[in-house]
Amino acid sequence: MAEITLVEAVTLALAHELEADPTVVVFGEDVGVNGGVFRATAGLQKRFGDERVIDTPLAEVMIAGMAVGMAAQGMRPVVEAQFEGFMYPMVDHIVNHAARLRHRTRGRMSCPAVFRAPWGGGIHAPEHHSDSNEATWAHFPGVRTVIPSSPARAYGLLLAAIRDPDPVVFLEPKRIYRWQREDVVDNGEELPLDVCFVLRDGSDVTLVTWGAMVKETLEAAEALDKEGISAEVIDVATVAPIDMATILESVEKTGRCVIVHEAPKHCGVGAEVAAGLADEGIWHLKAPIKRVTGYDTVMPLYRGEMNYMPSVERILDAARATLEFA
Amino acid sequence: MAATIASFKVDHFQFLNPEGQLVTDGQPIPALARDIKQLLSLYRLMTQVRVFDKKAVALQRTGKLGTYASCLGHEAAHVAIGSAMREEDCFAPMYREYGAQMYRGVKMSEILMYWGGDERGNNFSGPKHDFPWCVPIATQCLHAAGAALAYKLHHQPRVAVSVVGDGGSSKGDFLEAINAASAWKLPLVLVIVNNQWAISVPRSKQNTAATLAQKGIAGDLHSVQVDGNDIIAARYVMDKVIAAAREGKGASVVEMMTYRLSDHTTADDARRYRDQAEVDAAWKKEPLTRLRSYLMDQGFWDEVKEEELLAECADRVQAAVEDYQQRVGDQPQAVDEMFRYMYKDLPHNLEAQRELARRYPPRGGH
Repeated sequence: MAEITLVEAVTLALAHELEADPTVVVFGEDVGVNGGVFRATAGLQKRFGDERVIDTPLAEVMIAGMAVGMAAQGMRPVVEAQFEGFMYPMVDHIVNHAARLRHRTRGRMSCPAVFRAPWGGGIHAPEHHSDSNEATWAHFPGVRTVIPSSPARAYGLLLAAIRDPDPVVFLEPKRIYRWQREDVVDNGEELPLDVCFVLRDGSDVTLVTWGAMVKETLEAAEALDKEGISAEVIDVATVAPIDMATILESVEKTGRCVIVHEAPKHCGVGAEVAAGLADEGIWHLKAPIKRVTGYDTVMPLYRGEMNYMPSVERILDAARATLEFA
Repeated sequence: MAATIASFKVDHFQFLNPEGQLVTDGQPIPALARDIKQLLSLYRLMTQVRVFDKKAVALQRTGKLGTYASCLGHEAAHVAIGSAMREEDCFAPMYREYGAQMYRGVKMSEILMYWGGDERGNNFSGPKHDFPWCVPIATQCLHAAGAALAYKLHHQPRVAVSVVGDGGSSKGDFLEAINAASAWKLPLVLVIVNNQWAISVPRSKQNTAATLAQKGIAGDLHSVQVDGNDIIAARYVMDKVIAAAREGKGASVVEMMTYRLSDHTTADDARRYRDQAEVDAAWKKEPLTRLRSYLMDQGFWDEVKEEELLAECADRVQAAVEDYQQRVGDQPQAVDEMFRYMYKDLPHNLEAQRELARRYPPRGGH
């Protein structure tokens, strides 16, 4: 057992699967000798060789397209896109091919590839390095979208993503890559995909979030506790397919819901959560659902990025607003 | 002082001219030119493809098939590609390479099912590892490159072959596949079937280079041009480049010169953008006539055999059409089949949608 960060947990999971499964390859720009721009693949090429941890030419379309080809021929490529903002050229291959190869061929072929990317803002990065684009992927059937928010969940969910027989977009919240250390046992035990994780039990309001916003949301729950408000915190983790049952069960108990995400509000995954609650949980609601999100603007350059990101204060205001309804 | 640090040439191959005569020009003639048994076999398949193609267009015109992409005029190119490959090799087609696919075991009824709006057509009877038809243009080049890398990493002597059009050769996917093939020395063959038209945009507007084959030279690939209406030359080149790929000597770009004698698809009307005189001239170079002339001149083929072959082909096509109509008509996919292969196991959140779909009667699409 070792106390490791989220990014170290990613490395640990990659190493575990490279060791366990000879069809797994890590594939991307600077993942080899350099160990990845965030060090997520540090030491892996030295340990497993350059035929397992493969530096590619600088071409995102090529990386995604070849991953589809490799996966369709029996391999399990784990692609690293250097930043989420550089994933857009990959959309064609992920959406038109990876996500529907099984469907199109009536099960004759499949695409068990993972498309990893550091994701989200808050690290003072250059332009196009700070998007929260999970809704882009979540909208397309046939591909899972998974976002860990702790070292243990990064380890367990990445193992599950690599072993999953279908394609997974795995978005890693770079702002909390090194925020906390956690004991993670390298026992090869995966965590389940397609389920939410209840991080904190509460009875007055349900706070639903994912990714780096788990940090501010837990801090808000702490602050609410001091005000005598008991907040339940749910980490959605797999934003598609989404586990509405766990969220509904919580809101049935609390009657109030605040959804927190860094991505823009319009057509964000929060809208899907709110719609699901409106559809099946409206009789349990004691107050309107509130969303605390990034604005429907372009992510500002780094001097302005924290003005964009939802703050603890905004979460608290939204939670308190729901409490104003008896 | 400027020095030349790189220069290149592109060879063009032709052994059988449009009149069906061997072009000797002092060059060694491939053994295939004297292998009448194999030439007859290839001619039979090319004829089968043409008879099938004509029927498929007719089915579309009479409302029995959806939009269909004809392969009229491409028969030699496609049959050369398919017949040069081994079963364990991997084919990543675009969407009209029926000659290659039929050689590899894809059924005519499956081709009809695909264009007839039923995904089961993509569940080929041919090699299970071949990629399905690929409509988004040139993306298949990278899937083939990925397959080639998989074979290389696993030390399997297999080759991946992909086809792209002259239009598709303008796309980044094609160019990135060349680059990848260069970087990893992949067992990959990229065939540009240059039929001169990307729907309505002619070859001259794709770019001004003398050949499209020379795009491969930027990646240091073997890059050649061949008369794609000459089955002898097309097979000769395919045999060479596939052998080179299998032996670890690297990837190739083959530009096969041909002409799209049909509309782009049945949804297109080429009369809007090209002259009939150009099409008439192209008909004089088409692939079946020249091979037939070559075989007839030597006494290996005659009108009686031709009539018999056409009748056999028509019978096989008719059987395929009946199989197609029976499967899509009498055994259509159930309403909930759209959920069945989205994921290996249906996620919980799709169960309710599947139940919803099951509650409503099928709405026929035909």
